[in-house]
Amino acid sequence: MVKTMIKNENTMKNIVQSSQNVGEESIIINDQNKNTVFGTKNFNLWYGDHHALRDINLDIKENDVTAIIGPSGCGKSTYIKALNRMVELVPIVKTNGVINYRDRNIFEAQYEVEELRTKVGMVFQKPNPFPKSIYDNIAYGPRIHGIKNKKVLDEIVEKSLRGAAIWDEVKDRLNQNAYGLSGGQQQRICIARCLAIEPDVILMDEPTSALDPISTLKVEELVQELKDNYSIIIVTHNMQQAARISDKTAFFLNGEVVEFDNTDKIFSTPTDQRTEDYISGRFG
Amino acid sequence: MASQGSGNGQSIQDMIAKSRNSKGKKITEKLMPILLFIAALISVLTTIGIVFTLIFETFEFFQRVSITDYLFGTNWFPFSGNNPTFGVLPLILGTLKITVIAIIVAVPIGLAAAIYLSEYASDKARRTIKPILEVLAGVPTIVYGFFALTFVTPILQQLIPSLKIFNALSPGIVVGIMIIPMIASLSEDAMSSVPNSIREGALALGATKFEVAIKVVLPAALSGIISSIVLAVSRALGETMIVSLAGGATPTFNFDVTGSIQTMTAYIVQVSSGDAGYGTTIYYSIYAVGFTLFIFTLIMNLLAHYISKRFREEY
Repeated sequence: MVKTMIKNENTMKNIVQSSQNVGEESIIINDQNKNTVFGTKNFNLWYGDHHALRDINLDIKENDVTAIIGPSGCGKSTYIKALNRMVELVPIVKTNGVINYRDRNIFEAQYEVEELRTKVGMVFQKPNPFPKSIYDNIAYGPRIHGIKNKKVLDEIVEKSLRGAAIWDEVKDRLNQNAYGLSGGQQQRICIARCLAIEPDVILMDEPTSALDPISTLKVEELVQELKDNYSIIIVTHNMQQAARISDKTAFFLNGEVVEFDNTDKIFSTPTDQRTEDYISGRFG
Repeated sequence: MASQGSGNGQSIQDMIAKSRNSKGKKITEKLMPILLFIAALISVLTTIGIVFTLIFETFEFFQRVSITDYLFGTNWFPFSGNNPTFGVLPLILGTLKITVIAIIVAVPIGLAAAIYLSEYASDKARRTIKPILEVLAGVPTIVYGFFALTFVTPILQQLIPSLKIFNALSPGIVVGIMIIPMIASLSEDAMSSVPNSIREGALALGATKFEVAIKVVLPAALSGIISSIVLAVSRALGETMIVSLAGGATPTFNFDVTGSIQTMTAYIVQVSSGDAGYGTTIYYSIYAVGFTLFIFTLIMNLLAHYISKRFREEY
């Protein structure tokens, strides 16, 4: 049974390690029972001639917070932008290999990108609310997907803002422009905007890199709350953040996955020397 | 080493100090701001001078013709020998007919072109099309004028047999064509300056390209788009050659667009190129009409200024 579940080198490594360490075994077995949200198989990506992602194999599980760490230019942002195909906005991108979302290859010709992005939401590095009212920001997603009923929209807006832990701060000024909010509040508005269409997965591309420490803390707490209902993949250059909030961590280097394991394991006893060097701040 | 190498054995710092203290440099520094100020002043003074002349001569006109007759009169027959009438409304109506037709033609086409250029066109296509649009904006209006008279009017006459040789429709359409590049180019600038991060935010929610263009980019660029339209309206109001050539010279007070009309500008051309003597009422009337037109375009320009300030989005 376990053997049939072995999908790639990384999980194999997990099992080898878990057999050495009895304490971790239960986690790994639980893990095997979780559904795979994103299965990446031999995935390669080029920007023109630049080979940005090399033979990526990575299985991301349901209701996990998966952190992706690595030095600048290692391909971590490129990878999560591949997961909702935002990377295709760069015209010179070429890909091969497979990324399955819920067992269907997202790069299949007949896969509609709008459908994928409705399921896989994204929060960006810099808060990017629309220059509209707070209400219209949140209602934008439901509206383009055909929800017009004012009452339903009102409920969605309140629920999403509560979900993003910002309702109390903005409930009295829903009709004001979102640009009047602070950076941290704007980022939580963007998270609420993403929650409003109830996606399955939330991708976060360094969501706190433009925020002050207090706003960062709020977003981190929020991620912890959201993981009950969503699978979250978060790119971060802040290793403490990865250690604090994630269940799994993937370490990227030069477009390759060096190591992917439970976060505790990565930060205490990494297998690969390069991971250890990076974690301990020897480069990057 | 370099200091010894230089001709008279000075160090670089010595040479810099010498140059800084030289008389020529000091005078230039003092003189230049004054010259630049004079240049700026000339344009301001000329404008003020023109406005004053307009007001002065207009005042003279209103000594002869009552201001209420001028503003509310519906008959404009300045040349009818013993009993000339100077009711400006037919000229204003003629001008508005042209402007409205032009806007109906130019706004949809100009905006559609702007959306294409900003949201859909490849870099290469944009780099090719935009300069062509801007060249189109530089075609002399007299060329548009005979284009209206000799090309557009005959085609329209095939479609609408009752259309007169001189009419409002044909020059209206051509004025519209003339201002399309203005609307397209300025609106495209406004839409291109909407940051990509906002487009990405919408795309990441599963919006299609068209939904992003219409529901995010267009509203975000609205202030720039509206001010481009207002500027285009102002341009259409003041357009002269096209309407003089193809619009006719019959000031009429009705809403028919198939017959001959006269705009404010066309009237001024008619009088200026004719033989109205200096000091006659007709002579002064062109200042009054010019001043009226000036008020219209001034309001439009102020409106454009206000809109672009008031509704500016800070990204």
